[in-house]
Amino acid sequence: MSDCHGCSAATVTLPPQTRRRIVAIVGPPNSGKSTLFNRLTGLRQKVANFPGVTVEHRMGRAKLDGDREVYLVDLPGVYSLTPRTEDERVTHDVLTGVMKDMPKPDAVLLILDSTNLSRHLVLAAPVLSLGLPTLVILNMADDLGARGGKVDSAELAMQLGSPVALVSAAKGVGIDKVLQFLAGTTQGASLQKTTQNPLMELPVIQDIPKCRAWAAHAGSKAKYHAPAPPLWTRRLDAIFLHPVFGPLIFLLVVIGVFEAIFAGAQPIMDAIQAGVEKSGHWVGSVISYAPLRSLLVDGVWSGVGSVIQFLPQILILFLFIGILEDSGYLARAALIADRTMSRIGLQGKSFIPLLSAYACAVPAIMATRTIENKRDRIATILIAPFMTCSARLPVYTLIIAAFIAPHYQVLALLSLYIIGFLAAIGTAKLLKSTILKSTRSSFMLEMPPYRWPTLRSLGLRLVDRSKVFLRRAGTVILAVAIVIWVLGHLPIKNGAPVPIGHSIEAQIGHAVEPAIRPLGFNWKIGIGLISSLAAREVIVATLGTIYGMEGSSEHSVELQKALHADLTPGGAAALLVFFAFAMQCMSTIAVVRRETMSWRWPALQFAYMTLFAYVAAFAANHLVMWLA
Amino acid sequence: MTWNAICWTLGIDLQMGVKKKTEASAHRPRAARNLTELKRGESGILDRLDLPEEDARRLMEMGFLPGHAVIPAHSAPGGDPRVFRVDGSEIALRRETAVRLILR
Repeated sequence: MSDCHGCSAATVTLPPQTRRRIVAIVGPPNSGKSTLFNRLTGLRQKVANFPGVTVEHRMGRAKLDGDREVYLVDLPGVYSLTPRTEDERVTHDVLTGVMKDMPKPDAVLLILDSTNLSRHLVLAAPVLSLGLPTLVILNMADDLGARGGKVDSAELAMQLGSPVALVSAAKGVGIDKVLQFLAGTTQGASLQKTTQNPLMELPVIQDIPKCRAWAAHAGSKAKYHAPAPPLWTRRLDAIFLHPVFGPLIFLLVVIGVFEAIFAGAQPIMDAIQAGVEKSGHWVGSVISYAPLRSLLVDGVWSGVGSVIQFLPQILILFLFIGILEDSGYLARAALIADRTMSRIGLQGKSFIPLLSAYACAVPAIMATRTIENKRDRIATILIAPFMTCSARLPVYTLIIAAFIAPHYQVLALLSLYIIGFLAAIGTAKLLKSTILKSTRSSFMLEMPPYRWPTLRSLGLRLVDRSKVFLRRAGTVILAVAIVIWVLGHLPIKNGAPVPIGHSIEAQIGHAVEPAIRPLGFNWKIGIGLISSLAAREVIVATLGTIYGMEGSSEHSVELQKALHADLTPGGAAALLVFFAFAMQCMSTIAVVRRETMSWRWPALQFAYMTLFAYVAAFAANHLVMWLA
Repeated sequence: MTWNAICWTLGIDLQMGVKKKTEASAHRPRAARNLTELKRGESGILDRLDLPEEDARRLMEMGFLPGHAVIPAHSAPGGDPRVFRVDGSEIALRRETAVRLILR
């Protein structure tokens, strides 16, 4: 069934290839664009940004026969090329070649959902009218066949005047035809010759009803027989959108994710911890030069090691968000959440970014682009960092493990998630009734059919996240660990470093102590707070380094004991609360600046959250002291 | 904000009140129906979109074109927003949008 007509280009050897060809992937939302992109590029991909716009896109290399490669650009999903939203503008600008720093693509892969062809073909009109060599990919061929649908792709190719390939990107069926087309693009600029004159004339692309009629006509010429409704999607929706079971399942999913993060990751974390400790001992035994040994073992190993062990938790969270998104459940979750979100002046579409913010505020803030209403979007961006991101987990885990009885640990963690959530709601209400007041915006969201998430796409997400996290551990966190170690050993008196209590670090810590003493923090926590301005989890590395220098090892049980001895229960509660509310993340500040195109919003956000955190931590400290 | 919230909570009743009035004042035997008046599973043919240009275009791109059949399906708890089956897709709309989609 997966046939391709006219995919192979005429083998005319024209001017030698001077640069790699660029092929853009275009398609409506939910057409399987990213699946195809992942299938073609695998690990040879990266996320990039166009200059001057906030829309993110992915670039990747597809390997072809004979060591040839083409660049693939995965453009945002759009229903049309009318440049109204930013996503549409980017797609339009790239395809017409007016995007800065981006040459006009040499060819286009137009990917459409074959199970909904009549509607998806509407996008073919504006894309084909660009005149670029285009392969029309009818995706989800397996679904189409299974549900009794049919299409004559040879006939469609004749009608459109472009090659048509019936594929299943998820199953990898028919991908060879796509590769064949891509190979054709490397042959030279003569590709246009392979496309015949279309039998059908293209409609006026501004007129949606005319385009839709054109698409229906093309579909009927190609003997398109729409598949039966997705039975399983209907059945699952009867459960997931049930008035009673729907919200219950929704809650269970959220709780299940948290349970998996906290309990499920433990064995892997322990293994990593043991590995870090062993390798630290080994390094210590190999290096005889004492200062270098101390720098490596007490500085680098205890600092970076204490952060790296949180990788499993972060990956589990991203795994769950990936499953929810790829399966189609996330759209249902947005639907269920819309009414609640509208009470705080937001909408269901804000739910997806806010849920992603539980993993990390940076991708969450980028995900707000799907919200058309600008005020809703800024409000969502401003409250997203209140959601408990994965970088807070290392801090929470450490302090909870040190101060709270095992029975109450999950409860304590859950409460921290809840107070962050409540702060977000309160702030949203405040914003939407004051500076970001707007009329209620419209909410339109497509419910994609449920699909099995593919291991491949989940795996790629995890690899991507690990890279980001490890890169940070290898750069920012490594640098901070070294600086903390060095400052902890200076000045040198009589040829030997002073005890940490008299070091430069201690002096800095003592300088800020008056400001943080009301919160129940000592100078060591002060150093931790300063260093965590780079990224929240850095405080764990910093404390690991400081207490490591004091003689306890980098093993987190030792760190817990050291903290337990050094911090009052009030101080511990205050520290948890402070981290729940403060915006200690340079990456977030940078991304908010980029997405809102001004320093005003990140500055306001930082000031507001820090003040909020300070007041709340003060209250927490005194409340616990009063109770005790 | 609180007033809005109250209105919103009572939204359905207010809408229905307004509609009854217009129906009574219009001396036609049958006023134009909108999407929210369809029962779940009942099909209606879309006539026009009573919305600002921007929103109307977007909805048309998603399949809400005059002449197309629309069928209400599941909804969020409380009945709002609701999923509508149109042109092979399922699109969720809030009630306030659905009342502006007029049936033939």
